[in-house]
Amino acid sequence: MLFKNKDKQDQLVAALGRAVESAAADIHGRSPWADARGRFLRNKAAVFSLGLLAFITVCCVVGPWLLPNAFDAADWDAMSLPPMLKGWHFFGTDESGRDLLVRSLVGGRVSLLVGFLATLSAVTLGIVWGATAGFIGGKVDAFMMRVVDMMYAVPYLLIAILMVTILGRAFYLVVITITVFSWMDMARVVRGQTLSLRSKEFIEAARALGVPTRRIIFQHIVPNLLGIVVIYTTVTVPAVILVESVLSFLGLGIQEPMTSWGVLIHDGASVMEVSSWMLLFPAGLLSLTLYCFNYIGDGLRDALDPKER
Amino acid sequence: MSLIEVNNLGVQFKTQDGLVYAVNGINFALERGQTLGIVGESGSGKSQSVLAMMGLLAGNGKATGQALYKGQDLLAMKPAELNKIRGNRVAMIFQDPMTSLNPYLTVERQMTEVLQFHKGFDRKSARARSVQLLDAVKIPEAARRITMYPHEFSGGMRQRVMIAMALLCEPEVLIADEPTTALDVTVQAQIIALLRDLQRDFGTAIIMITHDLGVVAGLCDEVMVLYGGRVMEQGSADSIFYGASHPYTVGLLGAIPRLDAGDEALVAIPGSPPNMARLPEGCPFSERCTLASAQCRDVMPALLPAAHNPAVLRACHKSVEAVSELAAKGAIHA
Amino acid sequence: MWSYTFRRILATIPTLLAVVTVCYLLLHGTPGGPFDDERKVSAAVLANLQAKYHLDLPLWQQYLYYLNSLLHGDLGASFRYADWSVNELVAKALPVSAAIGGGAIVISLLVGVFLGTVAALRQNSVVDYLVMLLGNAGHVFPSFVIGPVLILVFAVWLKVAPAGGWDDFSPRFMVLPMLLLIFINVATIGRVMRGSLIEVLHSNFIRTARAKGLPMRTVILRHAFKPALLPVVSVIGPLAITSITSAIVTESVFSLPGIGKLIVNGAANRDYTLVLGLVVLVTVIAVTLNLLVDLAYALLDPKIRY
Repeated sequence: MLFKNKDKQDQLVAALGRAVESAAADIHGRSPWADARGRFLRNKAAVFSLGLLAFITVCCVVGPWLLPNAFDAADWDAMSLPPMLKGWHFFGTDESGRDLLVRSLVGGRVSLLVGFLATLSAVTLGIVWGATAGFIGGKVDAFMMRVVDMMYAVPYLLIAILMVTILGRAFYLVVITITVFSWMDMARVVRGQTLSLRSKEFIEAARALGVPTRRIIFQHIVPNLLGIVVIYTTVTVPAVILVESVLSFLGLGIQEPMTSWGVLIHDGASVMEVSSWMLLFPAGLLSLTLYCFNYIGDGLRDALDPKER
Repeated sequence: MSLIEVNNLGVQFKTQDGLVYAVNGINFALERGQTLGIVGESGSGKSQSVLAMMGLLAGNGKATGQALYKGQDLLAMKPAELNKIRGNRVAMIFQDPMTSLNPYLTVERQMTEVLQFHKGFDRKSARARSVQLLDAVKIPEAARRITMYPHEFSGGMRQRVMIAMALLCEPEVLIADEPTTALDVTVQAQIIALLRDLQRDFGTAIIMITHDLGVVAGLCDEVMVLYGGRVMEQGSADSIFYGASHPYTVGLLGAIPRLDAGDEALVAIPGSPPNMARLPEGCPFSERCTLASAQCRDVMPALLPAAHNPAVLRACHKSVEAVSELAAKGAIHA
Repeated sequence: MWSYTFRRILATIPTLLAVVTVCYLLLHGTPGGPFDDERKVSAAVLANLQAKYHLDLPLWQQYLYYLNSLLHGDLGASFRYADWSVNELVAKALPVSAAIGGGAIVISLLVGVFLGTVAALRQNSVVDYLVMLLGNAGHVFPSFVIGPVLILVFAVWLKVAPAGGWDDFSPRFMVLPMLLLIFINVATIGRVMRGSLIEVLHSNFIRTARAKGLPMRTVILRHAFKPALLPVVSVIGPLAITSITSAIVTESVFSLPGIGKLIVNGAANRDYTLVLGLVVLVTVIAVTLNLLVDLAYALLDPKIRY
């Protein structure tokens, strides 16, 4: 401890931190977060994608309540209709007369919900795994990373299919199955960042000044991890949605009566020769969502870590 | 005619911040067996000038002016014509031997291809000649070593390999871009001595780019001092060293740490290298020069023969006497 | 080189063992799993299972017997059909998957490397933008979207190819599935090749090669290609793994009687032992492919020679 007066010491550390930060920021004196936000907002594709994604999400959540057709209401008078304005069948209907627009939105709810839940658990697992491995280091780190490598070496879909075969297709089980294969990227990246942070000079300086470990973790390590966590979360979400869609497409994911985009695409593919809209609308929605996530992810990456591409 | 004649060479780069004039108004002539040293800090434009001559500028770079090799303008040549001269009549070695050799090819492959392409040798004779040259640059066990990959050589040896590779076709001009900067001091001395010997044996003219005045002193006949992409002072090595007439040159000479200087503080030129995208209207050195006046900042000084010695060119508004006073006082810094 | 190979092979064994063990335990350990008495199976199937899996022995002995039969190349028996062993089913399905998948990878490599090279050499040109667009599309659009769309365009609207099915390796039925796989693979390979070639062309040793007066063709083919290919090689491993996933989807979309279809049908039928056997097989293939890729990488990069 350099100073007997703890307040003075805190002030000094804070002042040093500010000095370093402002030296690192450009002449206008903006913080790195404000810089990143500015860069992101200037990326038109990313901003547009964010807006579009928000729009799709709102539609999926609120749409089915506002539209007159129920998603499971079979209407034998309106079977296999192409997209039309009559009866609010903007996307057309399927062979049982169920409205595709509402089904697409409801399916979107499920896909997005699974995406959100599975991402939440995958990201949590990944962060905990990676941070622990990176922070403890040594043999523990080596072992934990070996597990990650092994997970990568296995074609996930196979094991996912096996798990679904054995465990069944209840909603929560699908989420768990997906989680099991989606945490590795985050773990790897968090571990790398933790490792490099551990040995950075300003951490050593903080330690030399006597800052307690808990403080170091929360004031220095966590903010630096935040950037990379945000980036990889936006990478994980589309991957998770994709896994659920693949499983559902193969008939091994979400079960009747619930529906998801993957299920709708499967149904659509089987009748596409006569009713191509059944395939194109859900496929389009899914692809659009994935594209949005992609551009947002790219935008975040460029904003938080600008390098020439 | 001169072996190399450069007239009003300029280099510009198109960047997001606009057009950057990295090099302006370089003129020099190089004769057989002569050595020219180009001296300056990082960013002074010294490397870009020779890269422009060799047609190796980055994609957004453009060269203006003329760079004549035996009367032919290198800057105006098509790539196919330039290729006949590069590596053959005019060769270049680079700063970092670690990354300047292809790590995925053997030294033998990298050397023999030069002879195969330029002189039409077959693989066997090319290899024999390459081994000879490796011997000349004092690589031990050259015949065995030549089949190895670059990462199996040490830094100093790699630079020797680069030199040998450059001399395979017995070029008339060797351009050396800071060949010793990345090497240990003892190795530096060896490389410089090697270059001197080779120059004597092969009669090659050398353009030596460096920021190290010690290297210049040991090797060069003529010296050109660059700052901010412009020539500050230009003349024979002796006149520059013993009678520096530009504040920047004086500063450079004064900044050399000396073993016999006792407890004197290290002298530095105050300030930092210029931002090439935002140069002052006048002399680029004016921001750091203690003699600078308003005229210096606003009006570009022309490169003219010095009053005390017309063989020296200097670009400075202040008189030679003022600069000598400065040198005597040892007070370059404020 | 050989010791490196040997050590790499050794390193894959724990992974294989782990996968097999986990799958096996999943099968046996989960309540409601296949080996509970609650599952009703026909007598014939039960007899088969008894013989193959030694169900009356303690678990660890069953496990060892299983490992033993795996080492002898016996993948087990079907849970649903008494007269089919997994090996027999695999023997019929593997050639189909291998033909489509193998052919697709080879063509993807050639096309991808070519397109990536052209894009790198003509940066920011029309060709470059097209290649990047293609790369993006193949990467973002899921295979089960591109597949049906391909069928829609080529089979339904243009009527130049069959919508699916298989006829004893007749080329007509192989074109669309291979096209799908090629599209997806070229997306990745092209992008990686382009990026890595651009980066290599900026390196110091390329500058030296140009300074030596070598023609651009030599500089690219002899000096730039090998280092540029390294990231592509290292991406083939993960690509092969995702190809297996893509293959499962592809065979589903185009109704091809390959390993993928076998797995999906097995899963739908809850034919546990079949799925287990297939998972083990495919994992072995995946791990082997990864190993080969690592060895290829070591061959290309002279700095990795132990």
